[in-house]
Order: sequence, then C-alpha cells, then structure tokens
Amino acid sequence: MASVEAVFREEHGRLLAALVRRFGDLDLAEEVASEAIEAALARWPVDGVPPKPGAWLMTTARRRAVDRLRRDQAFAARLAVLRVEAERAEPAPAADVDGGLPDERLQLFFTCAHPALAAEDRGALMLRCLAGLSTPEVARAFLVPAETMAKRITRAKKKIRAARIPFRAPGADELPGRLPGVLQVVYSIFTEGYAASSGPRLQRLDLAEEAIRLGRILRRLLPAEREVAGLLALMLLVHARRDARSGPDGEMVLLADQDRGRWDRAMIEEGRDLVTVALTGAPPGPYGVQAAIAALHDEAAGLDTTDWPQIVALYDVLLALAPSPIVTLNRAVAVAMRDGPEAGLALLDELADEPRLRGYHPYPAARADLLSRLGRFSEAAVAYREALELAGTEPERAYLRRRLDAIEE
Amino acid sequence: MKYMLLIYAGAADENGGADEGLFEDWMAYDKEVKDAGIFVSGESLADLVTATTVRVDPDGERTVTDGPFAETRELLGGFYVIDVPDLDAALDWAARCPGARGSGAMVVRPVADFGV
Repeated sequence: MASVEAVFREEHGRLLAALVRRFGDLDLAEEVASEAIEAALARWPVDGVPPKPGAWLMTTARRRAVDRLRRDQAFAARLAVLRVEAERAEPAPAADVDGGLPDERLQLFFTCAHPALAAEDRGALMLRCLAGLSTPEVARAFLVPAETMAKRITRAKKKIRAARIPFRAPGADELPGRLPGVLQVVYSIFTEGYAASSGPRLQRLDLAEEAIRLGRILRRLLPAEREVAGLLALMLLVHARRDARSGPDGEMVLLADQDRGRWDRAMIEEGRDLVTVALTGAPPGPYGVQAAIAALHDEAAGLDTTDWPQIVALYDVLLALAPSPIVTLNRAVAVAMRDGPEAGLALLDELADEPRLRGYHPYPAARADLLSRLGRFSEAAVAYREALELAGTEPERAYLRRRLDAIEE
Repeated sequence: MKYMLLIYAGAADENGGADEGLFEDWMAYDKEVKDAGIFVSGESLADLVTATTVRVDPDGERTVTDGPFAETRELLGGFYVIDVPDLDAALDWAARCPGARGSGAMVVRPVADFGV
C-alpha cells in the first residue's frame, strides 16, 4: 500500500500540472486530481492497473472537472475568460501524439516559486503541488500547526488566482533571471530539513529527501541547465553524510569527528558525476561551486588529507560569483586548515563589524574553535558563550556546551 | 485582466512634488503603453500641497483639512490602469516605467472583478 501511495505521489504533481494547464485553476485541479487518485485506489486493485495509468487518471480527473463546471456555471464562465486570456499570453502546446501526458510540471515550479508570493509560502506550495505532500504533512515538516499551514497555502493560492500569477515557464531570455528563484526555494526546503533552525531535532530527514526529489524532477525537466545539476549535486553530497552527522543520542557530530565509513558512497558517486556536469562547458554557477567544495570533503579520508588549498580556491570563485559574509566566514575556516589557526583567525576578526553576521552563531563558534586551538582559552570561552546564546537547536547548544566545559577544565 | 500600476516616488520636493526623472522618459513610456494597446486609463497627480482630505463622522459632519503633506516617505504621484493577460506581463510593464527607478517604486494591484 505504501508503495502504491508513493507511485501516486509521483503521479500527483504531473497530473496536477496537466490539469492546471487545462483548466487554469489550481483549486479545481487539486480537487479533481485527488478525486481521480481516490477512484484509482478503489478501482485498480479490482479491475487491474490500466495500460496507461497516467492517461486514465487524467481522463477521470477531466470528467470530474467537467461535471463540476456543469454544476457551477458562473465558475465555468469565469474560467472560460481565464482560458481565453491564457491563450492570448501563450498558445496551448500541441497534443501529445502517443496519448501520454506531456510533462507540464515546469510551469508549476515557476508558479510556486514566483517572486510575487511570500518567500515562506513558496516552499510549502512546492511541497504541496509538486512533491504531492498533504497539507498536514507539509505542516509537520515545517513544524507548524496544520491550521497555520492550511492558512498559508490558502493565502498563496488566493494570490495566484486573484492577481493571476501565470502557469507559465519563462522563455529562454527570461530563464536566467527566474531559475535562481526556483533553485533557491528547493535549496531552502533542503536546508530547512537538514539543519532545523529551532527545536529539539538537528535533522529532519523527510524535508531534505523531498528537496532532493524535487531536485531530481527539475533535473529531468531542465537537463541542459548546469546549475540544476549543481544544486542536485550539492544536496546529494551533503545528504550523503546524514548518518554520521549526529551521534546515538542525537548530538551533533562535526565534520572533523564524523565516522566517514558511514557516509553514503552511492550518493557521493551520484553527486560527483553531477558536479562534473555542473562544472563543464562554461563558467560555473554558485551551486556548482558549492557542490565541488562538498565533493572535496566527501572524497577525503580525513581532515588532514582534505585538499584545503583547492577548497580555499573554490571559495574564492564562490565569493566572486555570490559575495556574502557567510562565504567569507567559511573561507576563513578553510584558510585556517590550510595555513594554521592564526591566519584563519585574522580573517575572522576582519568580519567583526559585519552586521549580517550579528546573531549568526557559527561566527563566534568558529572564532572560539580557532582561539582554543591557539591555546587562548579565556577568549575562546567568551566566544563559546556568545555562540551558545545564539544557537537555535538543542544538539548545537549541547555541542557548544561540551566544548566550553572542555576548555574550562 | 486589469491591473493598476501605482507610481510611488521615494522623495518629494518642498511642494510635495515627486522627483520624477526625465520628462522625455515619461513621454516615451506613455507612448509605449498606448501603442501596445493595453492602456485603460492613467493620470499623473498634481503636487501634494494641492491635496485636501475629507472625512465624514457618524453624525454626517464633514471635516475638511489641508494636506496630507509629504511626511510619508512614499508619495503617490500617478497611476496607470492596463489590461494585460497576467501578473508577469503587468510586472514587466511596471519595471519599464521610469517611476520604478531611483528612489521610486511601483505597486501592482489587480483591479477587483465582481462577477463576470
């Protein structure tokens, strides 16, 4: 049963996208897509799976939609106007010859990640519409009450309908401007799942895996976009370390102390192949470079055999592509590994007045680490305490407390 | 679908006039909107020193006051109503407006549609 549901979750996004395209209304599409899937769950075990399951679902959903429109003439008239206007903007695609469903999920990706929607709603909508998660599942993933999540999704859908955010993939000329926004939403789902910003658990595996799933769909839809490959590579190469990242009691284990034997080799392999794609053919984008950095960590047997000069060089590339104080911070830590803690600390101290690092606990934590490696324990203790006050998750705080206790002895 | 593009200036002179950019740019934009066949209506508003506020209390008493004045940072300087297929098209037209540049900003709002 669980596997049947997994199949439907995969099929759901495809079906939904095709219905949105056909009827121009997300609510109607969601309603009849769920009805079609319910019908399939009832019928297929009895009648057998039809030869073209996707087409069966689409036909069933379309019939339900037509019934619904017959019952509600005013709604039908409004949708008809929508359709005419949509045609004005973009002619309908040619019908698929072999009866299979054309994959129209790309349009839906761009709708869900539209910059006119609230940033916090984009990820939720993407999980709902493209990953096929139910609203309570999305709510659990983001650790908010189901009611709150339902309101947020309703608000976002209302804006899509009322402001008429189009279901349209950008043309080749707009793609470079719009694609980073889509990738950002997928990556924010990943990071949200990977390092929960608050609460007792360090990792929420489900969200990270959903983000990877979305990344895989996007990669199939946009095979020529190297940053899509880069993003998927980055997620795989980081997620490959999931089992080693926390100890038996959920405590945080830093890269330096991780049991590298527990890293997922198959996932690293897949990620490395994608890094090659991401870095070949033209200057790399920020996701490709970050993936390359993750790959260097994943390939090393330990910290002392990690290629730190290469990592510092990649951070230099990343800084040129997407300057940010957080990248500068990470580069300083890599420099400390290459040239010693003194050199890293000097770079970190240059960031002392950076407003965007105020309240960012990895900054004092990194300083504390370098200070303690230099034997400057009282300064390190001050920095650890500062980091402790800022850290969001309990495992992070526990880790910092252990470090603080160790240097105070 | 109709959208109103509200043109906000980020700075005003002592008369509450918007810092409007080059007149030629506005003329060129206006011509583009009209040539594209999407123009529904549009006006440019006079300086804010000419504005008057009216309120009517529950007893029907009318209060008329001078102003408001440009203490607010964002000053409505004019608007267009355009008819385009979707929000993306409306955002494109807003981005091309001279009012979107410098300290200015455009706010795009769908015109409410009550019934068919």
